[in-house]
Amino acid sequence: MDMPAPQAEILARKPELIRRLQQVLPKDAVIDAPEELRAYECDALTAYRCAPLAAVLPATTEEVAGVLRICHDMGVPVVPRGSGTSLAGGALPTGDSVILGVARLRDVIEVNYPDRYIRVQTGMTNLAVTGAVESDGFFYAPDPSSQLACAIAGNIAMNSGGAHCLKYGVTTNNLLGVTMVMADGEVVEIGGAEMEAAGLDLLALICGSEGQLGVVTEATLRILPKPEGARPVLLAFDSNEVAGACVADIIRAGLMPVAIEFMDRPIIRATEDFAKAGYPDCEALLIVEAEGSEAEISDQLARIIEIAKRHKPVEIRESQSAEESGRIWLGRKSAFGAMGQMGDYICLDGTIPVGQLPYVLKRIAELSEQHGHMVGNVFHAGDGNMHPLILFNANQPGQLESAEAMGAEILKLCVEAGGCLTGEHGVGVEKRDLMGHQFAPADLEAQMAVKDVFDPNWLLNPAKVFPLDASAGRRAAE
Amino acid sequence: MSILAKEKVEFRDARDHLAGVIREGGAFVPFGNGTSRIGRAQGVDLKAPDEAWDYDPSALTLTVAAGVSVETVERILAEENQRLAFEPPQMSGLLQRAGTPTIGGMVAGNLSGPRRVAVGACRDFCLGVEFIDGRGQVIKNGGRVMKNVTGLDLVKLMAGSHGTLGLITEVSLKVQPIPEVTATLELHGLSDGDAIRAMSAALGGPFDVTGAAHLREEADGTPAKTLIRLEGFESSVKARAAKVQALLSEFGESYVNWNEAETQDVWADIRDVKRFWKGLDDVWRVSVKPSEAVAAVEAVRPKDVIYDWGGNRLWLLTEQGTDVRAHLPSGHATLIRAEDETKRRLGVFPPQSPAIERISAGLRQKFDPEGKFNPGMMG
Repeated sequence: MDMPAPQAEILARKPELIRRLQQVLPKDAVIDAPEELRAYECDALTAYRCAPLAAVLPATTEEVAGVLRICHDMGVPVVPRGSGTSLAGGALPTGDSVILGVARLRDVIEVNYPDRYIRVQTGMTNLAVTGAVESDGFFYAPDPSSQLACAIAGNIAMNSGGAHCLKYGVTTNNLLGVTMVMADGEVVEIGGAEMEAAGLDLLALICGSEGQLGVVTEATLRILPKPEGARPVLLAFDSNEVAGACVADIIRAGLMPVAIEFMDRPIIRATEDFAKAGYPDCEALLIVEAEGSEAEISDQLARIIEIAKRHKPVEIRESQSAEESGRIWLGRKSAFGAMGQMGDYICLDGTIPVGQLPYVLKRIAELSEQHGHMVGNVFHAGDGNMHPLILFNANQPGQLESAEAMGAEILKLCVEAGGCLTGEHGVGVEKRDLMGHQFAPADLEAQMAVKDVFDPNWLLNPAKVFPLDASAGRRAAE
Repeated sequence: MSILAKEKVEFRDARDHLAGVIREGGAFVPFGNGTSRIGRAQGVDLKAPDEAWDYDPSALTLTVAAGVSVETVERILAEENQRLAFEPPQMSGLLQRAGTPTIGGMVAGNLSGPRRVAVGACRDFCLGVEFIDGRGQVIKNGGRVMKNVTGLDLVKLMAGSHGTLGLITEVSLKVQPIPEVTATLELHGLSDGDAIRAMSAALGGPFDVTGAAHLREEADGTPAKTLIRLEGFESSVKARAAKVQALLSEFGESYVNWNEAETQDVWADIRDVKRFWKGLDDVWRVSVKPSEAVAAVEAVRPKDVIYDWGGNRLWLLTEQGTDVRAHLPSGHATLIRAEDETKRRLGVFPPQSPAIERISAGLRQKFDPEGKFNPGMMG
């Protein structure tokens, strides 16, 4: 993976840059000592690291605007950073960039229950948003698995999803308005607290733009009444095909469970060794969760089980209590940790049409054989969002490259099957060079034209999303 | 990869032909069948053969040529017991036009009905789009899968762009199963303020309310009606209806209408704004926070009002030529039906901040540099 070489003239002006940043920020909000900058050299895609020129931690929209004005004036690239949990390298710095962290933007600005929204500063974590309204019976629906740590700013940048988006949608479906600072420091209000914004749907462009269009400092989010309860059923099958067919039948029957999670044999074995959730030893497991009142849950689970029985499951385990629910979810929730115990891994998140599940899983198994990397599959089956975890040994030369090559093959497979490169993690640097497999040059050009409008000098989050050769002309024009 | 099957090649040819015409300098003012057009543009109609789709019921996705009628799509979905969950309205009655709306027009207008309050707007169900830009290039964005964050989201940008950025030729949509039972809970005789409070209470509880609307007392003495819709499996709807009735008991006695046909008609009328079809008064669509809806209505003093989406969306019937925006204390207003002269004078779409206007103009300049598509449509 290539990154553009840092611009020597920017490096040479570091003292001037720091001096100017210190004029608009408190002293402790400007970080320029090399040992302190190490904390910002990567996000959760730890295979790639680069220390930035500086990092800043503004606490208000005005401070963010001040920083962006200075960087715009000096031609310094800016890398916005939420909590640094991106699995795609969305917050990877370049050596000549300033990291703009939102960690100090943590206030709840307004909670409005009659109109069902909350307005927050975007450094708040995803879980803290729910925490702010939970005691009054509400929640914020998108629930990425990093929700304890990840910031709303990053959720908006990556259009984050989660296990429950089959019913509730992803970030873009739950975002009503933002305050955003443009690359030149201008502050704009987009959308509002109303259900529908006027004019072109700029909010949809911002959401999922991976920090390419601006820095979102405040957000108005839709909050929903919390369901009375939820309970899963665990369904075990002796083949991926049968489990896939069962998923299709559940959906066709008009049941809309809040989550349908799928785990294949390598993942089941790994999690059993690690978390001892007591899963049956089988080829494929489904965890299907229903929510509502107790009577509604029982009714829904009964219908799901009836459908499952037609597919001759090797085991059905319906949770009857909070404790049993916890055990059913335990393995799923520790799947990443379990794979982490076995070695280093790359986590992909291509999405495929649900009907292609058996075919894609079969091809992944073949690729695993061919490349010599073990792969576990754990994913959101209801919406086709795969999460193949490719194991490798980072200490062994060539292993990362070979695992990445295999990952690229899997993502191309997802695109060929009618899907896409990324369902919820984003492109970042990780999938940047694969964009040409999903998009024709004119398709990419149209997306880059949008960036031209918001960030004409291409200073925001450099070298992400768009393949370097496609963006070369624009970046050179800086 | 082409997402339409081979037999739809005829429409593909038409698309490529159109792209060629645009490349050579031709200008188009796309408006589907023109049934929902609210801007002032005039133009051509883009038709597709009525079997141009690719539908996967077990994946809940449908890819369809833009010229196919919404009616056709709803029919093929219903055969599989599925539907467009955002309940697209038929605007032709209100706009006093003939014809049936097309999928392209529905997406270009981001048209959503009462269920939008629960499930999201048309744009939230748009998974992929193909369009011809002002240079005559065919552009694709998104796809036909439910979750997709690959690159910038031009799908939702095209939804609601009223044809000002390009000619939509194909869209992929997420669809939903049709529930087993639909029932409507009715409260009679509430004031506007009480109706908003009742709807907010119902929407703020765990009852999966999929419609919340309020109609004022009619001239013939029919009392004001506040309507709460519940859908799902029968036992579940029954249980939830009882809970909502208990919750709203402070607002007086409520009735649950279990007659499926009546319930369908009631919500179709609200969806299509049937109450305002007759006459020549102006019709405005106002977007406002529910808690500020009554103040907005009191400030504008319309001849009649329909509160939909729990008060998030208001339909106002006003004297011809009334400038609703001049009175509106919050939210924003779109002029849906009026004489051309009024539309010219007041503008159809709400004015935006200078920064947003600049960004929007910048986008139009990029996608349609020569202004071939619906010039002047969105200001």
